[in-house]
Formats: sequence, C-alpha cells, structure tokens
Amino acid sequence: MLILECPYCGVKADETELSPGYEAHLKRYGPGSSPEEFEAYMFARKNPKGVHFERWRHAYGCGKWFLAARCTATLEVFGTYPAQSGEPPAELQAKIKAKRPNWEGYK
Amino acid sequence: MSTRLQKGGRLIDRSRAATFTFNGKQLTGFAGDTLAAGLLANDQMLVGRSFKYHRPRGIVASGAEEPNALVNMGEGGRFEPNQRTTTTELFDGLTATSQNHWPSLEFDVGVVNNYAARFLPAGFYYKTFMFPRFAWKHVFEPVVRQSAGLGKVPQGPEVDRYEYAYAFCDLLIAGGGIAGLQAALVAGGAGKRVILVEQTPHWGGRAPVDGDVIDGISADEWVKKTVQALEKMSNVTMRLRCMAAGVYDHGYVLADEKVADHTPGDGRPRHRLWRIRAGKIIAATGAIERPLSFAGNDIPGVMLASAVRDYVVNYAVSPGDRTVIVTNNDDAYRTAIALKEAGLEVPVIVDARTNVTGDLPAKARAMGIRVEAGRAVVKVKGAKRVTGVAIGLQAGEGAVLEEIACDAVAMSGGWSPVVHLWSHCGGKLTWDDAQAHFRPDATRPPTNQDGAAMVATLGSANGQLSAAAALADVAAQLGGKAVTADTVHEAALEPVWIMPQGAGHKLKMKMFLDYQNDVKVSDVQLAAREGYTSVEHTKRYTTLGMATDQGKLSNINGLAVLAGALNDKIPNVGTTTFRPPYTPVPLGALAGESRGDIFQPLRKSPMHGWHEAHGAYMEPVGLWRRAYCYARGSETHEQAVQREILNARANVGMLDASTLGKIIVKGPDAGRFLDMLYTNVMSNLGIGKCRYGLMCNEQGFLSDDGVVIRLSDDSWLCHTTTGGADRIHAWMEDWLQCEWWDWKVYTANVTEEYAQIAVAGPNARMVLEKLGGMDVSKETLPFMSFADGTLGGLPVRVHRISFSGELSYEIATPAGHGLALWEALIEAGAEFGVMPYGTEAMHIMRAEKGFIMIGDETDGTVIPQDLNLGWAISKKKADYLGKRGQERTHLASPDRWKLAGFEALDGSVIPDGSYIIADGFNGNGQRNTQGRVTSTYYSPTLKKGIAMGLVKGGMDRLGDVVEFNTLTTATVKARVVDPVFYDKDGEKGNA
Repeated sequence: MLILECPYCGVKADETELSPGYEAHLKRYGPGSSPEEFEAYMFARKNPKGVHFERWRHAYGCGKWFLAARCTATLEVFGTYPAQSGEPPAELQAKIKAKRPNWEGYK
Repeated sequence: MSTRLQKGGRLIDRSRAATFTFNGKQLTGFAGDTLAAGLLANDQMLVGRSFKYHRPRGIVASGAEEPNALVNMGEGGRFEPNQRTTTTELFDGLTATSQNHWPSLEFDVGVVNNYAARFLPAGFYYKTFMFPRFAWKHVFEPVVRQSAGLGKVPQGPEVDRYEYAYAFCDLLIAGGGIAGLQAALVAGGAGKRVILVEQTPHWGGRAPVDGDVIDGISADEWVKKTVQALEKMSNVTMRLRCMAAGVYDHGYVLADEKVADHTPGDGRPRHRLWRIRAGKIIAATGAIERPLSFAGNDIPGVMLASAVRDYVVNYAVSPGDRTVIVTNNDDAYRTAIALKEAGLEVPVIVDARTNVTGDLPAKARAMGIRVEAGRAVVKVKGAKRVTGVAIGLQAGEGAVLEEIACDAVAMSGGWSPVVHLWSHCGGKLTWDDAQAHFRPDATRPPTNQDGAAMVATLGSANGQLSAAAALADVAAQLGGKAVTADTVHEAALEPVWIMPQGAGHKLKMKMFLDYQNDVKVSDVQLAAREGYTSVEHTKRYTTLGMATDQGKLSNINGLAVLAGALNDKIPNVGTTTFRPPYTPVPLGALAGESRGDIFQPLRKSPMHGWHEAHGAYMEPVGLWRRAYCYARGSETHEQAVQREILNARANVGMLDASTLGKIIVKGPDAGRFLDMLYTNVMSNLGIGKCRYGLMCNEQGFLSDDGVVIRLSDDSWLCHTTTGGADRIHAWMEDWLQCEWWDWKVYTANVTEEYAQIAVAGPNARMVLEKLGGMDVSKETLPFMSFADGTLGGLPVRVHRISFSGELSYEIATPAGHGLALWEALIEAGAEFGVMPYGTEAMHIMRAEKGFIMIGDETDGTVIPQDLNLGWAISKKKADYLGKRGQERTHLASPDRWKLAGFEALDGSVIPDGSYIIADGFNGNGQRNTQGRVTSTYYSPTLKKGIAMGLVKGGMDRLGDVVEFNTLTTATVKARVVDPVFYDKDGEKGNA
C-alpha cells in the first residue's frame, strides 16, 4: 500500500486512491514508424529492479495524472511531478543520483 | 491429572463462575480463564487429534503459538473452526467441540494412520501423484480429500457483523509487555501520537508471571502504574485484544481487534479491523519458547515450560501433580520454582547441559529439587496422557538410565524472538549464536517511502530476553527516564536440536517438530536425503510450518534439523518467508461492512424504482442494475423477451438507456482530439447531427463504440457503452494530460446527469407527437440528427438513432425528469401499444440487425476491419489511436477470422461459445478450428435461430456450410449468411 503525493492537489494519496499507468516518459510512435520502433513503444517496457519512472492517476482524488520516481526494490519514492514533463526535473535526477550512485539515468 | 489449585491465579475472578461445554460435556471455569485454562482445570488435557496421524494431542502452549488445541467454537451462525483455546477467553455459555476425529475424540478410527506412519512419510502427497497413474484418481485423491483440512467449514451466513476503523499515528507499538508499555510512555511523553496494541486481554506480557521486579516494585504493580499513566495521555490510544496482523508498504498496518468474541450477541461488532498508517512501527512482540525434540514430545501432558508457569501463576491451574522439567537453559527453572511454590511436585529437572550454574538452578536446588545435568528425555511414556519419562544421556544414543513417573512434562529449548512484523516488509535477520535464535539485524531494517527504517524491534523481540535487558533496550533506542529491573544471573543455554543427540531412527520417528501437520525429525532428514536442500522446498515437501500456526513453534527447530542433516550452519540454511497475518484473521473481519446489500455500490437509473414496481427482472451490468425483461403474470423470462421484441417490431417499445455513457468534449481543439480518438472523422460532423464512431487502443483493437453528436462549434457529446463510461473518460484524460497536454480540450463525464429513453417501433413517432412540444417529423428531424426542445412540458434532447433497427427516438432529459418523462411516454403510448422492453430484447433486436456489441463481437483481439466496419475507418486521416497498430502485418492478414452471420440448417440456436471446426487435429489432439460464434439467439421476429460469429474468410464464405461443435460429440451444421437478418435496406430505421 504505497503513499504517493499528488503534485497537483498536494494530497499524500493512499494507493487505493490511485490507479497505475505503467512506464512514464514513453515516446509515442504512430503511423510511419518502423516495426522496431512500434514494438519498442508498445511492448518493450522497462521493468528494472531499482529506480523506475511510472505514471499514476489520482483517480479518486483530483483526477490528474502524475509521474513518480520510485525504487521497485525498496519502494522508496524519490519524488512525484506533473505528467506535463518531458523529462524528470533536474533536481529530482540529482537527488536520485545522490541516493543511488550507480543509477544510469532515466532514459 | 490437571486440576484447579486452591489459591492464586492472578487473572481469574473466583467469584464469577463461567459454565461452558466441551463435546457436549458441561464444565465450569472462572471469568478470566482462557478456554485452555478452563479445560485443564477440568482435567481435559486431550483436546484434539493431529492432522495426518490422528494422534491424541493436548494443550502445549498458553498463547498464540498453540499448534494443537484448536476447536470448533460456537454454533449455527457463530460457528467457527480452528479457534485456539489458548487465546479464547472463557465466557458463560461458551460451546466448543474438538476437531479431526471420528467417531469420537477418545476413540478415533483415523489413528490407524499412526500405525501406518512409516507408509506416510514426508512428501507422501507428492508421491501419490507419481504412480501408478490410475491410483491418484481412484485411490489417493478420495482418501486425501476426506482427510484434508482441520475443522469444518461453517454453513450458512454469519450472524455477527464486523467493521473497519482507520487510524493514523506517529508510532504504532505492537505488544503491550513491559517493553511496549515503556516505549509508549516515552514516546507519548514526547508528544507523539501513539497507538499501542496488545493481542491478549491483559497488559504486561510475561514479566508479572516471571516475577520480575521493576524500579523496586513488582512487575504487576509497575504495569498497573504505567497503564494508568498512559491512560491519562490523550495522544496515546491503547487497544487490548488487538493483534497487529501485518506490516505492509509505507507504514501500513492491519490490526484485528476481537471486540466481542468473548461477549457474543451483545450488539457490538465481533471484530474491528484497524487500517493504520504509522510513521514508524515498533514490534515489541516478545518471544516464543521452543519445544525440544525428544520421542513422544507430542503426548498430551507435554507442554512448554513457560505455558506450565502461565497456567499455574495466571489461572491457578496445575497441569499435573508431578511435572518433570526438561531444558537446555536457566529460564525453565522458573517453572520448577513456580510449581514447587504452588505445592506441586517436580521429581527431576533434566538439563541437557553438563555444567549447570546460574542463580535459578541454585535456587531450585536449594528448594530440594533434583537436577540431573547432561541428561536427556529419551522418550515420554503414555498414550493419551503422559505417565512417565525415560531418562538417558544427552550425549548418548538413547540408552535408558532411569524411568520416572510423572503426569506432565515441561520443556524448554530456548526462546525465539517474534520477528514477523519486522520481516513482513523485508527486515533481515541475524543468527545469535549465544542465544541460538534469529533476531532482527538492526543494520538491515525494512524501509519506508523515504528510504528510512520503518520498523524497529524492542525487548524480547529484539533478542533482549530478560526484563532488565528489555528495559535497557527501550532506553537505548527511545531514551526517556531510565527504568531498571532487578538482574537475575542466567547461565548460557546450550543449543539442543535432537534429544538425545545420537538418537536412532525409531526415536526420531516420534520426535515431532510441527505438531499440527505431524512433521517429525525423521521427515526433515528424509527430505534432505531426497535432495530438498532449500528450506523453502523442505517446507513445502514436508509441510513443516504450513499449518494454521504457521510454524511458530516448529520453524527454528525444523531448520536446525535441516542444517544438521545438510552439515551446514543454521544461518546458511536461513528461514522461510514470514508473511502476514501473524495469526489468522477471519474473512469476515477482512470483508468488514462489505456484505449483503452494501457489498458494493449500486448504481440505479432514475427509473429504477418503476422497473422494480413493474415486475422487471434486474441484471447486473457493472455496478448498474438494468431491467432484463418485464415478465407478466406466469410468463417465463424467455416468453417475456419474445413478447417485448414482437411488440416493439409491431407497435412500439421503450428501453431505459440511461446507463449509456455520456461524455462532453469541449474546447478549441476538441474536434482535433476526437479525430485522434475515433477511427473516423468527428471534426466535420455538422451541428445537430449524430455519427456512429469506433474507438481503438494503441494496438488497434476495438475498445468501445457509440454515437457522437455535435452540440456546438466547439463541443461534442460522446456516447459510450454502459460499461465503458468511466474507462473511456479516463482514457481521454490520459491522452489529454500525458500526451497532448498543450491541446485546449475539456472533458466531463455527465453519464448520471441525464436519463435516456429509447422509444422504438413503427408507432414511435405517434407517441412523441401525442406528448407534443416539438416537431419530430422525418423532415425536421431525419435519421442521425438530434434536436433540443420539450416533450409534454419536459426539457429534452431527441436523437434519431436506432439500435433496434426500428424507427427510434432516443430521448435524453435531465435525470430529475427521467421518471416523469418515462411515465408520460408510457401513458401517451398506451393507445399505440407501448410496452417497456429490457436489455435481452435489446440484445436480440440488435443481433437481428447485425449490429455488433462490444464484449460480444469484441474480446480485445478484434480490430474493426474484422467486423466489416472498414467504412467507419478514415482512410485520409494521417493518424488516430490504433492506426499504426492496425498496420501490423498480422492484422492485415487475409487469414483473420471475420464477421459473418450464421443460420443452423435445422433452424436451431447454435450453442453459445461454439467453435467452427476445421479439418484435422492440433498437437493436443483437439479439432482444429476456423471460427467461433459471438452472438447467438432465437429470433422471435424470424422464428428461428440466428447467430453472428467470426470465421476465416468472413463474408467471402457466404453460402458455405460450416460445422459448429457442441458440448457433446454432436455438431451443428450452419450456413454462412449476411449478418443483417432484418430490414437489410434500413428502411424502418430511416422512416
């Protein structure tokens, strides 16, 4: 039962208030993309043991989607931030790097 | 004999007798007794039969770790199996019966398994799977099923209720012994919000029984004083009878409070399930004494030394006149001293250690108790009750030096910390050589959302077994005013895993590790010989620790024996995984209030009450209830459905379509957005017009369908399926928030804002005209258009759309007017033959028209092109969700199964779920297939069976005869036909 803070309404939301939405920062590949690109977008999702970026929706709260950086092994939450982000905020990346020196970056 | 002593008993109230029955026999105890204490006071040592061998079993422990003394509690709606007598509070009128025997507890036929024990070794069940093949089905399975499970499943609904409670705190402390109390005092004094839970009905834990002295006063007095101080703190919540069942991610804790188990029928909920978010958790959960593994250690009368002490001191119950103590440590001497002080006989203390020093042995010797060092119990004599012990050398192989008569044996193999709550979220353990147990490794705690330690252990749970050490542990971890307990010097224990150490196979066959599942030393050794070297595998192969007590007594001894058999160190073998709950939690408590009428939320249309009042049979559709049909008089549902269809086709019918999803999409980019969402173009839809649309997921598979209408220049209303409203709204928000967040679009799910009524049939227009208020003529309001206005004075939006194939108006009105409009239409339609119709009639009518239904024709692997819906897919749009997915080679294959209609040659209804068989067989010997049925009904309109389905080749197969399989060997021959069975040119809907 995770607790994630919704970056929109500031509520520390219980997992029962949230719905999960798999990997964050996916680039959509539509018509014109190669089979390899489409396969990577559609099916080849990351499943790391360690730092992971994922999408959550505050479904039974404000209804907003947001992104979370979380360690899948220890369930430590490094931070949450709005879904309208092209990449994780720089300070969040620095925080993760400080806590997990071997982290290879979000890409 | 076990009996009640004349004096003592710190927990019982001799002025209040409690009458109870065990196996129909009426017995008397006192208020404050546990059921186990009450049974022992009445010399009822034999309380059950073991699971596998049906051996007679007695009470072993005095707390939650009890493996044997499980009973059926209560009767009727309060019946519950597998209740531990040791944690059940006695009350007047309690009824209990013993389990796992036939025909009676004293005489049991299944005990024959005991004599056949050599044929029922570890892994017996698995071995029965192997050979001969027929034997499993015809011999072993019936026998295993007959003997599977302890207790009986309750019959009928439970009469009691349960409830949830939610709580938040800075610190949750599990365990109300002296460590937990002192921790609460320190944290509460520092202003923290504290919740302190204790699984028993008493504060103080073991310290009062052990006679500890704290801050110069008796433990009893110190506990009383501390509890009084805590009760004055408004920031401290204290719950007795409340067991912390499990620690979960991010400080979530479940605790089960037995509110009214001991006062059944007093109107309170039976249990209260606490769902707690704790900043930090302290497990002050104590320790559990380990049995010793000697032959016959399961015979009734053999008990844990601490339990014997508990029964004497807490309940004034003597387990026997003559109790032999067998131990590897000093603590068990406390039991000898307590027995002696109660005026009972301790013939001998059998101590496995060759060198016995320490304060407590000295005191025992001074009291005149005989102490035999370096000795072992070779075997216990007796069957349904201990009659004596045979004593030999611990270092030897079991030669008997002496036999001593006794009627009880108190054993102690040392203490194991209760580390469950520490371990649930991944806290690691370290092996403590000196105390021969696993204890929490403070350097590897379970962590929370911030990566910080989430659980700490205190006192005995942290391996600080004495009162002095436990209180020092609290001071070290939490600070606060130092509290000291008098120190009693205890000498080191000596690990003893098999007694005597050189015992042969015959003795090991009677050394029980797991009492409840009948796992013996010989079984674990056999598992090791057969290659089960991992502790997790050995557990499953032998069933060690898999019973309702989850190995609270057996696990450490079992893995020590395994380590011995593998010639490895205990920490290298490791432990099995600790999983919640700590002790069983009733399913009723987990369900809480969610049962019966409030099992889940119920969604009702504004006309729900009318349907119920008019004989509707309601069916669940998601959380909605929809009218399936309206049976009249003695009609069957089938007859009612046929009547409703024929009437709608001939006259006019009304369907409550309020549950249909309705989502408003509005904004400068709304058209652009809908063009991405739907496979066809919605941006060019004229204001006032309707258009059918399809939505696909990114893989290209059809996900939802419905009619879209354009309300104004920048707003559309999208109808979804009943089950799809919430999902599609979330889907829209997903794309708007996460992918196209710079597009200016709002969405609003207005499903419940409007009631919607379909009026369908050749007389539909006349019904609306009778109500009056707006022009609904073909010229003003042609097919696939809509208009706002009034009908019968009610505000409406009338859509010319049809799912039935008839002339049809779907009329939306604000939900508050729904019932009024429905009733007005029923009244106005009376002269035109109006009848309501239900969802089943709707399904059949749409199938007669060849309209697809999401969930029937689709299953998440079907693309619109499979359903001949290519016309609803834009060729000119550069992109829409699912376009790229549909371009995948497999989805463009001509071999895909595609939609067609089917008619059985004999006019019958093709069975639901049938496949169309093809030539040959697959690798599993099953017939090859070339299609399947997706919708199949008897059509009252056409007076024959009709079906839709997917078949290889689809409409290219028109006229072919194919064969559908059935549940029998027979097949149904059917012709491939056009799926539009009724009004192929659409003249009726357009009228």
